[in-house]
Amino acid sequence: MQTSQNNTIQIESIDQPDRKHRSPLQLSVHRFLKNKLALVGIIVLFVIILGAIFAPYLTDHDPRKSNLMLVEQGPSSDNILGTDASGRDNFARLLYGARVSLTVGFSAMLFTLSIGLVLGALAGYYGGKIDNFIMRLTDLVLALPFLVLALTIIALLGKVTIGIFVTVIAITSWPTLTRIVRGSFLSLREQEFVLGARAIGASDFRIIFRHFIPNAIGPIIVNATLMMATMIIIESALSFIGFGIPQPTPTWGNMISEAQSIRILRYHPEAWIPPGVGILVTVLAINFIGDGLRDAFDPKSDRR
Amino acid sequence: MYQYIIRRILVFIPMLLALSIIVFGLAKAAPGDPLSGKIVDPNIDLAVYEQQREALGLNKSIPVQYFNWASSVARGDFGESIAYKGRSVQSLITERIVNTLYLGLVALGITLVVAIPIGIYSARNPYSPLDYGATTFGFFGLATPNFFFGLVAIYLLSINLGWFPAQGTTSSTGLSGFAEFKDRIHHMVLPGLTLGLAGTATYMRYMRSEVLDVLGSDYIRTAKAKGMSDRNVLYKHTLRNAMIPIITLMGFEFGALLSGAIITEQVFNFPGLGTLFLSSITNHDYPVIMAIALLLGVAILIGNLLADIFYSIVDPRIRYD
Repeated sequence: MQTSQNNTIQIESIDQPDRKHRSPLQLSVHRFLKNKLALVGIIVLFVIILGAIFAPYLTDHDPRKSNLMLVEQGPSSDNILGTDASGRDNFARLLYGARVSLTVGFSAMLFTLSIGLVLGALAGYYGGKIDNFIMRLTDLVLALPFLVLALTIIALLGKVTIGIFVTVIAITSWPTLTRIVRGSFLSLREQEFVLGARAIGASDFRIIFRHFIPNAIGPIIVNATLMMATMIIIESALSFIGFGIPQPTPTWGNMISEAQSIRILRYHPEAWIPPGVGILVTVLAINFIGDGLRDAFDPKSDRR
Repeated sequence: MYQYIIRRILVFIPMLLALSIIVFGLAKAAPGDPLSGKIVDPNIDLAVYEQQREALGLNKSIPVQYFNWASSVARGDFGESIAYKGRSVQSLITERIVNTLYLGLVALGITLVVAIPIGIYSARNPYSPLDYGATTFGFFGLATPNFFFGLVAIYLLSINLGWFPAQGTTSSTGLSGFAEFKDRIHHMVLPGLTLGLAGTATYMRYMRSEVLDVLGSDYIRTAKAKGMSDRNVLYKHTLRNAMIPIITLMGFEFGALLSGAIITEQVFNFPGLGTLFLSSITNHDYPVIMAIALLLGVAILIGNLLADIFYSIVDPRIRYD
């Protein structure tokens, strides 16, 4: 690969004639690939995903199987990160925990994104009464203390599965994305090409999917990405205080919650620091990618 | 402006009602009723049970029950706790809320004292070593779950170095006057830092971008061109304008601070509203759960209301439609 300086000079020299042949998407991809932090984020996230996918090949231990003969052991050649309070292998739990944390983060993000897209599109496209109603609803949900609401719902349901957990997160965190989608749709609504599309008889459905969503995709993708990082933190926090995915399913959050025992906190840092670092690194990587996407989709950042 | 403020206050009222309905509805949806917690003896006479239900108004229709509940809440009566027998919900909450308020104030204090000066410095010296340091800190501060930061702080500063106590609000009850105050502050340092971490990162980033924005505006160039000193440009023009969004942010970040407090209190075993809330959930102590949920919700609503009103007062450009 060339050095960055070389790269810039080359781009500037072919600046004018070249740009005309590039679509906005190509320009965005180009800008994204120039962002080193974002690339580091992609590589790190990729490695973590690989670790999660190939967990069975990286360890022979079953992350759910307890062994009461081997409780709270320190690191050994067999259990390289020791065992937890029920004698489960910490390294296996770390790898399989990545699966759960990433799955929960990703599906909670997807679920929230779909609610946000539908409600935001309805509000922004149709305006008027529908808009008013949906906006008051977002105001209300935003005003509710998120954690309190989520905890109360989880407490009511009693038993938590990944599906329920994802749903609870999604129904308490859709308003931000709804507002973003609505905002961009409202401004698009006034544009002339929409009037044109309508004049030639395009249906609402077609206008939304062919014209609105592609034009608003930048901020939506950026916010969805950053949201996934938040979701991973929320999952770990709820699991930490004991209201998340229950044992024996391994998640990074409930691995760290073992450190609420002062004995493990004090004598077995190898048990709770790795999952914490796992969350930190994953969230950092996703945030880098999100910031990179934000710069890439922002046409103004091109002229820097 | 007044029209906007009045309209904004009018919106506050239905929101308050909706909040109370949601809280009431969630508690109603819960399995069992306030009485099921009171049945200790399985041989209890069913007739007495029914009598008790009637006395508590649990056999009335749901809207009537809601109305009764809402009117006693409006008078400040949240009923009696189930887990702590014979104690009123108010007394439990007033005992704990002071600790949570102190914790929140310490965290907010740390946040503002650290974030604002560094944010200003970063904006005035962009791409300087300190700016890079602050940006790096910001990335890490936003990516670290606060409970993990709290545990690392306990592990390093409390267990290994012994500088700060790891839990509670006081070490002994025999202290008084200044010694007691010092002891309380000493206990507050780690939880305060933990709760303040995410906020510090957020405010720092905000402050930096706001000041950068203002510094690039025409009126700053005018002020400099007419020979105003850097000091005056900073204090009279830049900060006044850059602080507006920060103060608004404080209103909206209030909810995040409260949610963070619940988790932080759990890490430090800190006797505040958060730990009370979590233990009430475990004990199915619905009167306490409802009261705290309502209290936190109202606090957030008021935070948002004040932020909006403040914004409309200081920024005359805001649209009132």
